[in-house]
Amino acid sequence: MSQNVLDRVKAQFTAGELVETGAQHGDEWVRVRRDSWVAVATFLRDDPATKMEMFIDLTVVDRFSTEPRFDVVVHLYSVSLKQRVRLYGGVTEDDPTLETLVGVWAGANWFEREAYDLYGVRFKGHPDLRRILMYPEFVGHPLRKDYPKEKRQPLVRRQPNSVD
Amino acid sequence: MDNTLAPPASRRVVVGIQEPQDFDAPELPTEPLPLNMGPSHPAMHGTVRMVLEVEGEKISSADVQIGYLHRCFEKESEFATWTQVFPYTDRLNYVSPMLNNVGYAMAVEKLMGITSLIPERAQYIRVIVGEISRITDHMTCLGASAMELGAFTPFLYMLKAREWLFELLEEVCGARLTVSYLRIGGCAWDLPVGFADKLRNILDRTKGVLDDVSKLLDRNRIFRDRLDGIGIITQADCLQYGITGPVGRSTGLAYDVRKDAPYLVYDRFDFDVPVGSVGDNFDRYAVRVEEIKQSMRILEQALEQLPAGEFMLNDPRIALPPKSETYNSIEAMIAHFKLIMDGIHVPAGEVYSYSEAGNGELGFYLVSDGTGRPWKCRVRPPCFAAVAILPELLKGIFLADIVPTFGLMNMIGGECDR
Amino acid sequence: MGLDFYTGKLADAVNWARKFSLFSYPFVTACCGMEYMSVAAPKYDIARFGAEFPRFSPRQADLLIIVGTITERQGPALRRIYDQMCEPKWVIAFGVCASTGGFYQNYSTMPGADQVVPVDVYIPGCPPRPEQVLDALILLQERIQRGEGHSQVMLKAEQKNGGGYDVPTTAIRPRTSHLPGGDKGGGGNVGGGNVGNVGNVGKEG
Repeated sequence: MSQNVLDRVKAQFTAGELVETGAQHGDEWVRVRRDSWVAVATFLRDDPATKMEMFIDLTVVDRFSTEPRFDVVVHLYSVSLKQRVRLYGGVTEDDPTLETLVGVWAGANWFEREAYDLYGVRFKGHPDLRRILMYPEFVGHPLRKDYPKEKRQPLVRRQPNSVD
Repeated sequence: MDNTLAPPASRRVVVGIQEPQDFDAPELPTEPLPLNMGPSHPAMHGTVRMVLEVEGEKISSADVQIGYLHRCFEKESEFATWTQVFPYTDRLNYVSPMLNNVGYAMAVEKLMGITSLIPERAQYIRVIVGEISRITDHMTCLGASAMELGAFTPFLYMLKAREWLFELLEEVCGARLTVSYLRIGGCAWDLPVGFADKLRNILDRTKGVLDDVSKLLDRNRIFRDRLDGIGIITQADCLQYGITGPVGRSTGLAYDVRKDAPYLVYDRFDFDVPVGSVGDNFDRYAVRVEEIKQSMRILEQALEQLPAGEFMLNDPRIALPPKSETYNSIEAMIAHFKLIMDGIHVPAGEVYSYSEAGNGELGFYLVSDGTGRPWKCRVRPPCFAAVAILPELLKGIFLADIVPTFGLMNMIGGECDR
Repeated sequence: MGLDFYTGKLADAVNWARKFSLFSYPFVTACCGMEYMSVAAPKYDIARFGAEFPRFSPRQADLLIIVGTITERQGPALRRIYDQMCEPKWVIAFGVCASTGGFYQNYSTMPGADQVVPVDVYIPGCPPRPEQVLDALILLQERIQRGEGHSQVMLKAEQKNGGGYDVPTTAIRPRTSHLPGGDKGGGGNVGGGNVGNVGNVGKEG
């Protein structure tokens, strides 16, 4: 459906910056190397053949048993050309950092905060990286596969003179 | 849109700090005052906390804190089977639950590759119940926003109309609000007998209610003064933040998933997509009113075109067998057991599926590892993007203007915080 | 006829007035809020029971209706609002999320609002039908009339003990008048009423 997006990206960037491209179920995707994350995103936004003006989504997938452990997934949409693309940025567990996209699309701000809050992926250069859905006293990153679903960290002490 | 609704240019108020000479009064020195609104606040539609810094009556900075209704949709769906996620999706945008069901069902079907196999009647039913939910969404938003400005009567009128629709949905699926009506591959049950006549009757009466509310609000001096020119968003902002839906269309950005990437049977209907021009609060109000009318138009056409047929895909790996067979034949019982305990086996892969929900593009990004339970089930919430622009939007407006601005963004806590 | 007769009749009259003029603080968080709006709407009309007026300040309210899911993040706010209300006060947990956490069992949802505030009446349902809510309101009104709301019991105990909050939970009798044996002692938990952790509330802070 948006095959020309993949063609443009492959023409502009070399194999050193892209890892892989592909399409599945009608969705085109590009796996980008960590260092060229912002460059590819900016190109997709500005190039007249792709024109991905609208920032749709940023999330993280915890692959858990494959390397790299976390995949930062960005969805983009071009309102004028009606095409979509998905970007994957692989991030390891020891160094879960990635460049921020706030300079490219301002809306990435809150989505990156949520990715940090729930998965622990830090975004370098983010203006205000703090928790958004969980409260500041929460410890851990709950959507990681190794965080138990029912482990509560109560904010209000249930019993007087106790930590619970 | 009827342009007699637009106020004359001279009455438009420009957002931002006003020059002192406009008011003919000296500029008084003020100190910034930190003010906390929420998380439990009558004018906060959902549950959200705003830590404001106020100078006099003007807001100098706003920190919008969400997350007070984080009910862990993604984590819960990782432990549930594909079908068990439907009740969780109901509670996302809880004023238009059918639309969330539609979005999720479409996403799983796209991942399985069976989108073209869904029976036509099921697709029409999905459109019908989806548009009914869109109407309830907009009516709740408009009614609540009007109430927060002091107009209690439109709120009660809208609730009265919403009751009729809730009762109709209760006849369809048994629940007024948290419906869980759709299944992967179709709908849980067929529409009841007499549904079309009841719906037409309700639509007639709802038109009357909308007319009443329009008479009360559209040219109301107080309502217009509070909404005109406040909270202006530009098209560029919408693109940067990913704002779609009525809020995005009020700025002039003509993007509606039903028109730009038609799904289900939306390409067979003749309807318009209302688009605003200024991007202020009043445009958001007017776009929603107009969208209700367009939804009613779609419903009338859908009722006429509704074909007879199956309401569910006839595939034993996806659909539960009929109860008579489950109780009487061993194969059906085993199939039922496997579908309930293991879940539907969705092939490994990833997909992003999008539909037009009440607030904009509702996306579901699903990752499957081949089993009956999702590996990841991400909701891309449309109102998350709209609320993300609020800290910028609220700078420079008066404290009292937060109420209509926030109200007409239609932030639904269940969707924003998931 | 001693003084008790007159104070008893006065207490009855005061409770009658209280139950029919409840000023509610709807602590609305989630989907149950839509059903709360329906209860206040013309069709189901909570106004006929006198509980129409939502007072949006806890200091002016005496009935805290906790509508919808309470998350851990919301806990301190809920407790603070409960503390700001004046006695006597009553609490309704509207919906199964506020009663027990509902079908949400995860790191963020509080398993019931009664983890932080004492509750008089629990309304199950997801969301409960408006008729259920009105039934719960009537149950609460009966409890108010008998003086069995948690706050009323505490106030009475305070007067008796001269300041202590220690109230044995057997002081709160569940309603049995509708059961087939009639009003014979406190048989099991029925219908709407169960007060959680009355003692702890007094010992907090």
